[in-house]
Amino acid sequence: MTNATTAQIFWWVALPYLTLGVFVVGHVWRWRYDQFGWTSRSTQLQERRLLKWGAPIFHYGTFAAIAGHVIGVLIPERWTHAVGIPEPVYRWFSAGAGTLAAVLVIGGITVLATRRLFVPRVRATTAGIDYVALVLLLIVVLTGIAPTIGVNLLGHGYDYRATVAPWFRGLFSGSPDIQAIAHAPLIYQIHATAAWMVWGVWPFSRLVHAWSYPLWYLWRPYIVFRSRKATHPNEPGTGGRKWRKIGVPY
Amino acid sequence: MRVMANVAMVMNLDKCIGCHTCSVTCKQVWTNRPGTEYVYFNNVETKPGVGYPKRYEDQEQWHGGWALDKKGRLQLKAGGRLRKLLTIFYNPDLPTIDDYGDPWTYDYQTLIEAPLGTRNPSAHSISALTGKDMKVTWGSNFEDDLAGAPEHAAGDPNLAGLQERVRMEFEQVFMFYLPRICEHCLNPSCVASCPSGAMYKRAEDGIVLVDQDRCRGWRMCVSGCPYKKVYFNHRTGKAEKCTFCFPRIEAGQPTVCSETCVGRLRYLGLFLYDADKVLDAAATPDAQGLYEAQLSVFLDPHDPAVQAAAAQAGIPHDWIEAAKRSPVYELAVRHKVALPLHPEYRTLPMVWYIPPLSPVSDVVDAAGYDPDRPDAVFATIDALRIPVEYLANLFTAGDPAPIRRVLRKLAAVRAIQRAGQLGLDLDEDLPASVGASADELDDLFRLLAIAKYEDRYVIPPAHAEEAGRLMGQHEQLFCSLDTEGGPGMGGEGPGGHGIRSYRPTGTPGAGQTFAAEDGRTRFNLLGWDGRSPAPGLFPEGEAS
Repeated sequence: MTNATTAQIFWWVALPYLTLGVFVVGHVWRWRYDQFGWTSRSTQLQERRLLKWGAPIFHYGTFAAIAGHVIGVLIPERWTHAVGIPEPVYRWFSAGAGTLAAVLVIGGITVLATRRLFVPRVRATTAGIDYVALVLLLIVVLTGIAPTIGVNLLGHGYDYRATVAPWFRGLFSGSPDIQAIAHAPLIYQIHATAAWMVWGVWPFSRLVHAWSYPLWYLWRPYIVFRSRKATHPNEPGTGGRKWRKIGVPY
Repeated sequence: MRVMANVAMVMNLDKCIGCHTCSVTCKQVWTNRPGTEYVYFNNVETKPGVGYPKRYEDQEQWHGGWALDKKGRLQLKAGGRLRKLLTIFYNPDLPTIDDYGDPWTYDYQTLIEAPLGTRNPSAHSISALTGKDMKVTWGSNFEDDLAGAPEHAAGDPNLAGLQERVRMEFEQVFMFYLPRICEHCLNPSCVASCPSGAMYKRAEDGIVLVDQDRCRGWRMCVSGCPYKKVYFNHRTGKAEKCTFCFPRIEAGQPTVCSETCVGRLRYLGLFLYDADKVLDAAATPDAQGLYEAQLSVFLDPHDPAVQAAAAQAGIPHDWIEAAKRSPVYELAVRHKVALPLHPEYRTLPMVWYIPPLSPVSDVVDAAGYDPDRPDAVFATIDALRIPVEYLANLFTAGDPAPIRRVLRKLAAVRAIQRAGQLGLDLDEDLPASVGASADELDDLFRLLAIAKYEDRYVIPPAHAEEAGRLMGQHEQLFCSLDTEGGPGMGGEGPGGHGIRSYRPTGTPGAGQTFAAEDGRTRFNLLGWDGRSPAPGLFPEGEAS
């Protein structure tokens, strides 16, 4: 900590906290102000052949990748050691399962990105923030896949659980280990930085639909009734974003 | 008994001339926005035809509505809840926009800006989805009046089973119009399909709506509705549907499609029904029993026990009174001439139809009415241009008996009126032969043929007294001009542009000029009497 340069502190402490703050405050703001814009904005109506393969593969692959990050980054190395999983076993499990997830994610995102960029009907529904999110996601995916396959599966392996993971967990316990991440290979650094940027963009993009995965549907009654409730009209200026103006592009 | 009220509609197909006025007024009121170009909450289909979207009635393809599982339990035809959540990333049953018709507009600017010349400029079609040139291949009414029927109409799912009999040859062709809106079902499968719980049925009047703030665009409602009357707004990414014009209904006014119907064929009123019986009725084992099952769900508003239960359930007194005068109850339950559209979807739809008789009647007239043989009124009903079996596939899950009964009753009403007009003798038994009294047939004649405005629409206004009190409070607390974009919010006050800038001039009828955006002086037609000089009415173009 004492040897960290200003740039390192900015890059590995300030930026994560900044994007985390934007992530949290942004979501609160968007939830309160823009319920109407909170949607998955599906384009299946316009194009279904590519989506049929791209969307399920990408989403299920992403679930696998997220689960992998929980195991690899959130769970400390000593815990897996404590339950008796030796490092080589962990590494080969991580490389194998990680590669499977990586192939699914890269396959899915390739189909989806192709569709978004080259199918005119889909492209027309794409806002600027979508391109930003898409480029950031592509960076995250590519810099995540390259070490998984290139280093852990085919190469000598790199124990990110000794560098990247402690730094990441340290951010949440209030004592981030800057040197650990600062000396990690560049590709992990890019991966982490792009991931923080995705967090920062998240509340302002269609990615918010992830928080609305409707698990409640499994329990609720099929038919929903609502009764008229007399409520106070909105106070001026708090009505939120209603319909977009007619004629305004996406 | 749990009494609930549901507003409902009956359409008398006998009178529909297929003018699409209902579609146009509905479009102007509700779906004239970007993202809903392809959406018609109300559309008019020519039958036979594949419909809008294509072949929507074929639930083996689209899996809309409900079905019974092997144990006879009611299940969404597209599968259970878990399956819905697992297929949420790609809905296998969703129609594409090409099934509705790729929406387009025209490059009108070309017409306006074309230079003087000998060739007529033409406006080409532009996709509303991409803004690029496109080739128009299909639209919501592309088979209007059987256009292209030899090619397409055979795809009508209702023709299944009668293909050999019905030939799509010009000289033997039959057709009628089927105006469709959302059915506001008692057992709505769209509501059951919505994973977000954004769709709901209003407890007071049964109108089914989408909460735009809670819809997350999972699009399961679109495929869940067997009538395909929930649409996906491709701009907002949210589902939208027919609202039964609830702001008008709440004010006691008919829906816009009803109000503007030139044939005056729509009827609006209340049903009281027993909410406890709905699921059992929807799970009736035999699909052909669903029509009777739904009738058994409706409660007789004249029954004092029902009135007492309704009052206890919190239904206001004026609503119970309105239910007693409800024309839809009269047509569907008392006279039994209205039938539900596709009861086999098991959603218990609440927009019912009186099957069309007109082509029948022509055959009857051609055959000649024989007062000695009053049964001749019915003799030709099975030799109709519109096959009874076809109507049965639409309205009774294939059971021809109710269709015959309804058509015979309608024919009897005509025979009686005709005999009265021409002073013919009439078989006294004619009303009884269709299971009605002479008075009942007279009532039916008044309701169907005279069809007074106040008889067609019996709509009790919503009770929003409490909301009104809160609004009054609100207006005392806040300036009423403080609406978004209103003058109190620093929006346009006096001045501005467009219609708001209009101020009457001193001379009545003289109109006034204003400076247009292009810098030229234009003439404001508003308030012009058509006689006074109108400087600037025609822009002075460059002489060429």
